[in-house]
Amino acid sequence: MHMKPIIFSRPTTQVIPLLPGIIAMAGLLLASCQARRSSEAGAINAQEAAQRVYVAPGKYDEFYAFMSGGYSGQVSVYGLPSGRLFKIIPVFSQNPENGYGYSEETKPLLMTSYGFIPWDDAHHPELSQTNGVPDGRWLFINANNTPRVARIDLKTFETVETIEIPNSAGNHSSPFVTENTEYVVAGTRFSVPTPQQDVPIDSYKKNFKGVLSFIKVEPSGDMDLAFQVVMPGFDYDLAHAGKGKSKDWVFFTCYNSEEAHTLLEVNASQKDKDFVAAINWKKAEAYIQQGKYHQMPGTYYDNRFDTSTQTARSFVHQGVKVLIPAECPGLVYLIPAPKSPHGVDVDPSGNYIVANGKLNADLSVFSFDKMQQAIQQKQFDGEVNGIPVLKFDATLAGIVKSGGLGPLHTEFDDKGNAYTTFFISSEVVKWKLGTWQVEDRQPTFYSPGHLMIPGGDSRKPWGKYLVALNKITKDRYLPTGPELCQSAQLFDISGDKMKLLLDFPTVGEPHYAQAIPASILMPQSDKIYSLANNRNPYVTKTEKEARVVRNGRRIDVYMTEIRSHFVPDNIEGIHLGDTVYFHLTNLEQDWDAAHGFAVEGNRDNAELLLMPGQTKTLKWVPQRVGVFPFYCTDFCSALHQEMQGYIRVSAPAEQVALSWSTGKE
Amino acid sequence: MKTLRHIMAPGKKGIAHVFMLGAVISSVFIYFFPLWKITLYAPQYPQGIRMYIWIHKITGDDAYTLQNINILNHYVGMKDIDPHAVPELHYFPYALAGIIFLGIMAWLMKKRWMYLAWAFVYALLSVMAIYDFYRWEYDYGHHLDPKAPIKVPGMAYQPPLIGVKHLLNFTAISLPEWAAGFMLVSIILGFAAFICCRSTSVKEQINHHDLLPADSSQASVVLHH
Repeated sequence: MHMKPIIFSRPTTQVIPLLPGIIAMAGLLLASCQARRSSEAGAINAQEAAQRVYVAPGKYDEFYAFMSGGYSGQVSVYGLPSGRLFKIIPVFSQNPENGYGYSEETKPLLMTSYGFIPWDDAHHPELSQTNGVPDGRWLFINANNTPRVARIDLKTFETVETIEIPNSAGNHSSPFVTENTEYVVAGTRFSVPTPQQDVPIDSYKKNFKGVLSFIKVEPSGDMDLAFQVVMPGFDYDLAHAGKGKSKDWVFFTCYNSEEAHTLLEVNASQKDKDFVAAINWKKAEAYIQQGKYHQMPGTYYDNRFDTSTQTARSFVHQGVKVLIPAECPGLVYLIPAPKSPHGVDVDPSGNYIVANGKLNADLSVFSFDKMQQAIQQKQFDGEVNGIPVLKFDATLAGIVKSGGLGPLHTEFDDKGNAYTTFFISSEVVKWKLGTWQVEDRQPTFYSPGHLMIPGGDSRKPWGKYLVALNKITKDRYLPTGPELCQSAQLFDISGDKMKLLLDFPTVGEPHYAQAIPASILMPQSDKIYSLANNRNPYVTKTEKEARVVRNGRRIDVYMTEIRSHFVPDNIEGIHLGDTVYFHLTNLEQDWDAAHGFAVEGNRDNAELLLMPGQTKTLKWVPQRVGVFPFYCTDFCSALHQEMQGYIRVSAPAEQVALSWSTGKE
Repeated sequence: MKTLRHIMAPGKKGIAHVFMLGAVISSVFIYFFPLWKITLYAPQYPQGIRMYIWIHKITGDDAYTLQNINILNHYVGMKDIDPHAVPELHYFPYALAGIIFLGIMAWLMKKRWMYLAWAFVYALLSVMAIYDFYRWEYDYGHHLDPKAPIKVPGMAYQPPLIGVKHLLNFTAISLPEWAAGFMLVSIILGFAAFICCRSTSVKEQINHHDLLPADSSQASVVLHH
């Protein structure tokens, strides 16, 4: 009999070439040894499933889910259980849809020490927490490529801050929060020369370091880079802060303890064990206070969006405080963890730390209590760069014999169960904390990365649904050419067995996601921006104040929008060579009364989309002589099509006086 | 009526006095509550928008409701609802103050005819105020800008005085609010004060005096009759 892996339900399905040969073979063998499973296993009666996810027209979803957009650089907001997409929040990429990163007010949010970066790769959304429970104030997300962390305000669902991380590269183990959002962490996935310098790549072991950053979050939400810990040149993959008894600690997984700099798929997979690095941030604070830090150079941007001016400003900082673990006893311990661990997840009690060894079949679960005991009894197994390595057996709480292959991430419910994704064997496995016994397993379609349970990485999971975030969809949807969507799969986990309810496509690659009950976010969601409190320096609060001002070659147009006209809508006296700044203010104060603005031939820029009470600025450099229309892009009202105007551009030599009007015959 | 009389038997004058006091206090409440509410529903306003007419101002669900209603109204050429342009909102509070003052006088003087006169004038003014409100509604609904973007021949946009009316995409519901209730209560109490005195014959009053120590104002009323 052909030993085709049954979990890959359609014969055409082949994920194998994506993986190293050896691993794939192991996966095939293991998968084929599994009990026979059809692609429908785990799905309940279709009608029942449909009823469970059906949110009737006009009714609301139970949860908000925030999914990372991966290489789209954005965050998408979905409803659960329906899987309906509500909004894309632009974060690290320009968004022509609403002018984010195109309007003068938002451009600074994409500023870095490299200049303006219009794109990034966003991986892990993380909700702010109070007492270890998601509180609905902010959502953080990391930029992996040019290391940054962003903060999104969950009253407006807008990005309000981005902070760059110096001395870091591949900001992957980020942005996980401590129990009361004291800190957001940002660990480097790629070790680099620290500080950056021109050295041979093969001097890796000598010159490359891995830096773990701690960003302080003020009660206002403002982020400041507090300090960095300079670690050995490993790849710091993921992180999670402790909670409850372990709340003073943050755990980072690392792979490439081999310190390879080429062909990592082989060279970083040689050692039997890599590490979980446990960092005591309370100790770090104390060392900083004692002055035991070094000042390391590094330029970084902190871009803050001021909600009263509706304008972002960039603050440039120099230098950062760094701690060297060898000089700071008790700051860091390394726990050996099998086979290139990926996710590190802390259970709701804060005692169990799960290391998901991605090239392994088993999960290693460490005990915080045992770890503390091992530290006290100095049960060390050598050290790395002055960092004590704890004995594996002395910290191990248990091993989950999963029967799957390629564990990546674990989340928890509120009934003492844990759920782990297995990339290679393409499944979610449910197991019990304490007994380490597998309780259930369901296939996913295909190859899940992260999974998410609302509150599933907090002290209080709302253990009703589980979302598996799949990297590969193959034959699951109507094909759209070679580039296919990625997908989320919703499971009901309220019973003993997981039940597959729904597949839905995602925007970009959803790495991680977070979800929170709608009852927390919905009541605090803003409906409008207050025009009375609009302190944008270019605001035009009434039509009477609308005007056009020339200052040398710069033209400032103070323009208002209200259903269904602009003031002014006829502008003359602009000359080729001028730069025009359209400062639009939406005078509406009615919920969902948005207006847009676009002008012909706007090189380098997109449109503006203005919510009620907002002011935004669009730069326009006229390219030709003529009369150019501008119009409202958002179908605002019955007379939206009439919401238009003209701007006349004259040759430099022409004598055309500056004038503006609306409604003048 | 017999029972009522029975209840009122011990000191009908005193009860009329209390009624009159109640009428005055109830009138004071008018300042603190809206008189009338107009609710508009439309497909774009599933939760409705509400406009409140007070003795001295016009408000909405929030600070922006009037602007939002005006934006909608301008499509059909209706004038802006501008509270500053409604003189009644300036002098009605004084008119009410005058009524309250007269009410206090009537209450102090305990003259039965004053109760009647007060309630009658109050009722008359209230009816006139409602008519005035109707005139405003009529004016807003009928005097439309000839250059309005949307013109529906024969269509007027006068909201109902009381009740429900469909106006293009809007359903307008107009109903009295708390302050109108207080006004009504004041007037009823004023009349009640008058009626409850009228039901007292001189003879009964005198008999009554035998039972209770008379006070001078009661005596004076007796003399008048």
